[in-house]
Amino acid sequence: MTPSGPAGRAPGAGDGPVPPPMPKFATAARDALADTRLRRGLRSATEAGRARQAGAAAELDDWEALREAGRAIKDAALLGLDVHLEELERAVTEAGGTVHWAAGAAEARRVVTGLVRATGETGVLKVKPAAAREIGLDAALAAVGVTTHETDLAEVIAGLGAVPDGPDAHPDPARIRELFLRGLPGAPPDLTDDPADLVAAVRADLRERFLTAGVAVCGVDFMVAETGTMVLLESEGNGRMCLTLPGTLIAVAGIETVVPSWTDLEVFLQLLPRSSAGERMTPAVSTWTGITPGDGPRAFHLVLLDNGRTKALADEIGRAALRCIGCSACLNVCPVYERTGGVPYGPVHQGPIGAALTPQLRGVKSAHHASLPFASTLCGACADVCPVKIDIPEILVHLRGRVVESRRHRPVPSPELLMMRGAAWTLGDRRRYETALRRGTRWARLLSRGGRIRRLPGLLGTWSDARDLPAPPAESFRFWWAGRPSRARGGRP
Amino acid sequence: MRVALFVACFNDALFPGTGRAVTGLLERLGHEVVFPPGQGCCGQMHWTTGYHREAADLARGFAAAFEGREVVVTPSASCAATVREAFPRIARAARDPAIARAAEDLAVYELSEFLVDVLGVTDVGAYFPHRVTYHPTCHSTRGLRVGDRPLRLLRAVRGLELVELPAAGECCGFGGTFALKNADVSVAMVADKVRHVRGTSADVVCSVDNSCLTHIGGALSRLRSGVRVMHLAEILAETGPG
Repeated sequence: MTPSGPAGRAPGAGDGPVPPPMPKFATAARDALADTRLRRGLRSATEAGRARQAGAAAELDDWEALREAGRAIKDAALLGLDVHLEELERAVTEAGGTVHWAAGAAEARRVVTGLVRATGETGVLKVKPAAAREIGLDAALAAVGVTTHETDLAEVIAGLGAVPDGPDAHPDPARIRELFLRGLPGAPPDLTDDPADLVAAVRADLRERFLTAGVAVCGVDFMVAETGTMVLLESEGNGRMCLTLPGTLIAVAGIETVVPSWTDLEVFLQLLPRSSAGERMTPAVSTWTGITPGDGPRAFHLVLLDNGRTKALADEIGRAALRCIGCSACLNVCPVYERTGGVPYGPVHQGPIGAALTPQLRGVKSAHHASLPFASTLCGACADVCPVKIDIPEILVHLRGRVVESRRHRPVPSPELLMMRGAAWTLGDRRRYETALRRGTRWARLLSRGGRIRRLPGLLGTWSDARDLPAPPAESFRFWWAGRPSRARGGRP
Repeated sequence: MRVALFVACFNDALFPGTGRAVTGLLERLGHEVVFPPGQGCCGQMHWTTGYHREAADLARGFAAAFEGREVVVTPSASCAATVREAFPRIARAARDPAIARAAEDLAVYELSEFLVDVLGVTDVGAYFPHRVTYHPTCHSTRGLRVGDRPLRLLRAVRGLELVELPAAGECCGFGGTFALKNADVSVAMVADKVRHVRGTSADVVCSVDNSCLTHIGGALSRLRSGVRVMHLAEILAETGPG
């Protein structure tokens, strides 16, 4: 293993301001649900995304075989992760790159901040910023006087937003125009909300940045262990500018992105574009191996990020989430995501896969992280569409168990725990169940008017805020059965 | 055929009419229905809410109640899915392989599967002269994969006008305790489901899970929409004059 290098231990670097804790999913979702513009944008974007994915998958006769291959390759790669990562490190080093290992976010921040400071640059370009966002890089660089610039169009727009909508907010052109006029350097005052016009304004700003930038930080989609090659897919071509123009390129990559060989990549280069944007091929597929003298960056650093991944890998059920190739197909089919957008899931991994991954990487201590596995109806649409067949509902149920267990032995039991224990105690014994059935029916009928219950007590009140409940009939099924003539009760007709 | 009815605790208390309809329907088709009285809850709610120890206890109770029954039929797709899919997982979490073995030994069918696959009937001789739309529940389609079996049964009902529900495959937002824990999102989902239902001008919404129907029906009732919800069994149990 290579140590972080002399620049990796810059004092004071790496710890930006601590953001306030995220609220529970249900609380965070309320703002999104009330945002008409967001709801409309999400509805049309996810609907279009679903249709594109379905069309692109239906084109291939062997789509199901491809999914199965993707699952098998990822599972095998994860089981041999130690071997593949060391092979990758050897290959990257031989090709003139430098590999850094970061166990956690703080270590990764220190490494990247140190590398950036060593270049003397005061600005950094970013592409595929998910891993950088995961480690909180922007704040860490800002703390040492380095500004970061997004280059992906959606990220540029999100970065200009007054509220941190995130890249999935799908703002309409009129809103984008407002944002550009307020915050995009060089945006012409007569800017229209014609998409071509908007794109041209960003392009003019970005071209200037690409040509003068000294350092870029990127994420990757895949790393090929056998040759030490990084693979990055993007649709705009701005990524390729970031990867080739600056003198120093720093890749921050989750360790789960490694695949053993180029033949494995063949499967994912079909699965990913069809699942993400419904395309046959991603417009810009960049691959690079270390450095090439006289061409592209003069220094290449790869920061291999664990940050909870090996912990997830140790979990027999939860580890399947690490197969994720970041296509976002599960977001587009998720009825919860369609209504809340990504923000309530937290800043890094969003949608159903985020709910399955984040609590594994970050633990379930905080109220926010503990609420994520419950942010799903378990409808199963995500599992049906996932190109690497991650059974997200199975993982969510597994994690719900972890949340419940972590809180089971608190000094004061929660009302929910008492209710669930009471329900199990009652339902688990015939005599108790039948007594409860008689009493419950009587009580519930007292609450009802005109055959329906309009207000329920306690924890059930959130149901009746917007929904009625039918009053239970006076006679339950089993008492009706018991009252049938014995000839009809199991006797032959 | 001798059929053990697993009515599901939810139906037992809130929708006894569904259990009576299954009984009447199967007896009309010439089969014998028995009701193992030891049955309670399969453990679905506890399992999906994360109370896995309690779910294991309930699953053991279910296994004991139905031990030795060859054919089990239930008018609840989500409970059938719990026994077939979740019991092996509950067994794994509880390190109690007996729970998984019990699920293997039982042939648990959701009603439409039983009628179409086992009995081989789609026309059960029902008469129901109303405009009906069908909501395919998540557990029935993505869990059990019942496909169009319920629709084939409905199409064979005399007098019934079946109208297609737009965006039918989308979850109604119930999700068990999700409807309580994430009530706002849940209501946002059912609001769209209700919009689609009302767009069909159907008088009745039909499905194979009363839990989802309680959700959709609860919203329709709050709006005083006049649209009724009915389990498939209740429609199939209806017979015409003569």
